[in-house]
Amino acid sequence: MLHTFVVLVEDRPGVLSRVTSLFRRLNVNINSLTVGSSETVNVSRMTIVADSPEDRAHRIMASLYKLEEVLEIDDVGRHSAVIRELALLKVAAGPETRSDLFQLAEVFRARVVDLAPESLMLELTGSASKIEGLVQILSESHYEILEMARTGRMAMRRGHHTSRVVDALTETRTAPNSGGALLAGKRKNAAVLD
Amino acid sequence: MSDSGKSASSNLSAADAITSQPTRLTGAEAIWATMVGEGVRDVFGYPGGAILPAYDALRKFPLRHILVRHEQGAAHMADGYARASGRVGVAVSTSGPGATNLVTGIANAMMDSVPIVCVSGQVSSKVLGTDAFQEVDITGITLPITKHNFLVNRTEDIAPALREAFLIAKSGRPGPVLVDVTKDAQQNSAIFDFAAAAPPPYRPHPMLGAESASIREALELLRTAQRPVILAGHGILHSGAFEQVRTLAERAQIPVACTLLGLSAFPASHPLNLGMMGMHGESWVNHAIQQADLLIACGMRFDDRVTGSLATYAPKAKKIHIEIDPAEINKNVRVDVPLVGDLKQILETLLPLMADRDGSAWLGTISSMKGNASVRDIQQLPDDGHLYAAHVINDIWHETNGNAIVATDVGQHQMWEAQYFKHEEPRSLITSGGLGTMGFALPAAIGAKVACPEKEVWVIAGDGGFQMTSPELATIAQEDLDINIAIVNNGYLGMVRQWQEFFYEKNYQSTPLRSPDFVKLADAHGVRGAHVRKRAEVIETVEAARSHRGAFLIDFHVEQEDSVYPMIPTGAALHEMIRRPSNNPLVETATER
Repeated sequence: MLHTFVVLVEDRPGVLSRVTSLFRRLNVNINSLTVGSSETVNVSRMTIVADSPEDRAHRIMASLYKLEEVLEIDDVGRHSAVIRELALLKVAAGPETRSDLFQLAEVFRARVVDLAPESLMLELTGSASKIEGLVQILSESHYEILEMARTGRMAMRRGHHTSRVVDALTETRTAPNSGGALLAGKRKNAAVLD
Repeated sequence: MSDSGKSASSNLSAADAITSQPTRLTGAEAIWATMVGEGVRDVFGYPGGAILPAYDALRKFPLRHILVRHEQGAAHMADGYARASGRVGVAVSTSGPGATNLVTGIANAMMDSVPIVCVSGQVSSKVLGTDAFQEVDITGITLPITKHNFLVNRTEDIAPALREAFLIAKSGRPGPVLVDVTKDAQQNSAIFDFAAAAPPPYRPHPMLGAESASIREALELLRTAQRPVILAGHGILHSGAFEQVRTLAERAQIPVACTLLGLSAFPASHPLNLGMMGMHGESWVNHAIQQADLLIACGMRFDDRVTGSLATYAPKAKKIHIEIDPAEINKNVRVDVPLVGDLKQILETLLPLMADRDGSAWLGTISSMKGNASVRDIQQLPDDGHLYAAHVINDIWHETNGNAIVATDVGQHQMWEAQYFKHEEPRSLITSGGLGTMGFALPAAIGAKVACPEKEVWVIAGDGGFQMTSPELATIAQEDLDINIAIVNNGYLGMVRQWQEFFYEKNYQSTPLRSPDFVKLADAHGVRGAHVRKRAEVIETVEAARSHRGAFLIDFHVEQEDSVYPMIPTGAALHEMIRRPSNNPLVETATER
């Protein structure tokens, strides 16, 4: 089954290769991986979608936590979450076929972000199935997709859930006298995986 | 480059002077100063271009440097040092081939969770990534075989990285850490402030958990079990839970089976100690596990060599798994009550809540499974003119009263050692378990002897594995180390030959081994030696080695085609053992069940 992990890591060189090397070592295939900034300075946020049996999720998480730079992991697939992907599609289209494409784009809430004499570019955000839906319609309508780029999934839990690790980091940074013990304690509390 | 490479301070002899106040030091000096501050006394290493600045500064520091003959030896020595003493072992190498030579030793320490810190030199930061002479991406190469590694290319980062390396190596589930330091970082200077370089406190694995609910479940399982067995692993040594495990066994009258690495974690002579489990474990140990209704796994990881086929492993048993690494829970064997955390702490919580119990019925059952095997002593068997490895090992055990640190290599002799040398004291057996690294014994013994100079140290190695690292004989000679070496010489790569005999129709492809005269080899190094071909000569030669001040090598020419019994073939169930053919009563006299 597909697991979606949100992993908060320290933003340091080599962290990405440590994470991907771990999946390779566990013989788990990564379907998609996105990395970018999080709400906290020096903390990056990865969304990793991996295909593995249900009972392997525990081991993947436990092994990820053994990496020194990994701060927190959330298996968001187990919770109600917003999962989005962005796709750019360059489609072959001349003046006579454009209007049909504009209509399709509207149905899928895609935006036209580039227009050239023989092609146009669509930007589409949504779930993977929505993107795949558009791709399918395009190919069944005999449009030629010249290029496609997809970001892979990003995920965020719904509701007020926030990262307790990052909370703890922020607290210690803003409270000068709290010291490292608090940090350790807070981090440990983050352990409780609901 | 900020400052040039000249020594920034003059008198650095006392450890406290270095670490007490901020001082301007070169990176090279900072490496050693940090080690001194971390309590390091001995390092194993080999100099070279990219680590030369560090070696140039070494004489100013109160550190003993042992020059090895190959960097693999340095890593194994650091490993043996750590296993014998419980302190972090340190290996130092140059860049490129020096660093890649460490790799086997690092992987070995990773598999057996041994705390070592390796420091490798690296080419200057300005040429990093240009395929410079002796440049290799050692942090990339060692990424999957270290707990963590660092590439340090700024002088001011050396002390913090190295201090964090020591913390990571020894915390939680221990393991190797590599710190790669560029040459310019060693040459430049910066303010060295040992206290300010302290890493943040160790962050325990967030998935640890031994809540009172789980402890209660464990206690309930312990209370109701009729046929419990404790599985004693390496974690007992790491956690220092020797006494707690013993108390658990004694108060609840539970028999104890040991993994290979757990052999010295429970006294061999203790009446509750069954012996080693697994592929070459004694029959009654494996039968006890298969018939058990409760397994209490203490700091072990259900390796394939101890479980046999997972589908048939201990089918009637509930399982309590006390383990510090959450990634080990349910990895191979599904457990009923995982207690994830430090073994000693968990047992200290559990023991006061546990009621004593009477285990005599189950212990009686196991005793009857032992049959006449329980009283075997091959010293009592008549001499039939053959010299068996078991004789040799049993005699070394008798003569040393088991009061020695033994480092073994990998193969048949390793299993015979596990069967015939009774380990009473923690950390008295040093062997490569997980990775199974031939060539480990000799350098590991050097590490152990340097760590514990007052202890008698023996190497037990096969003729094959010994030759993988035999140049370290020169290290022994140069350092004048009093180490006794027993080569169990059967003219074959014995364990591979045994597999060929059992599973490949005796096709002894590439296993017959012609070796040099090991006694002459020892002599060439200035090390005394003797050949032994008869059983009657074993004890006197062992005594000669023991009374000789300095290293002594004994080449034991043993039976060539002897095999280790019992043996569970790969994939078979734990109780489906290959037993010694009955026409050969030696070595294993346990009756067929």
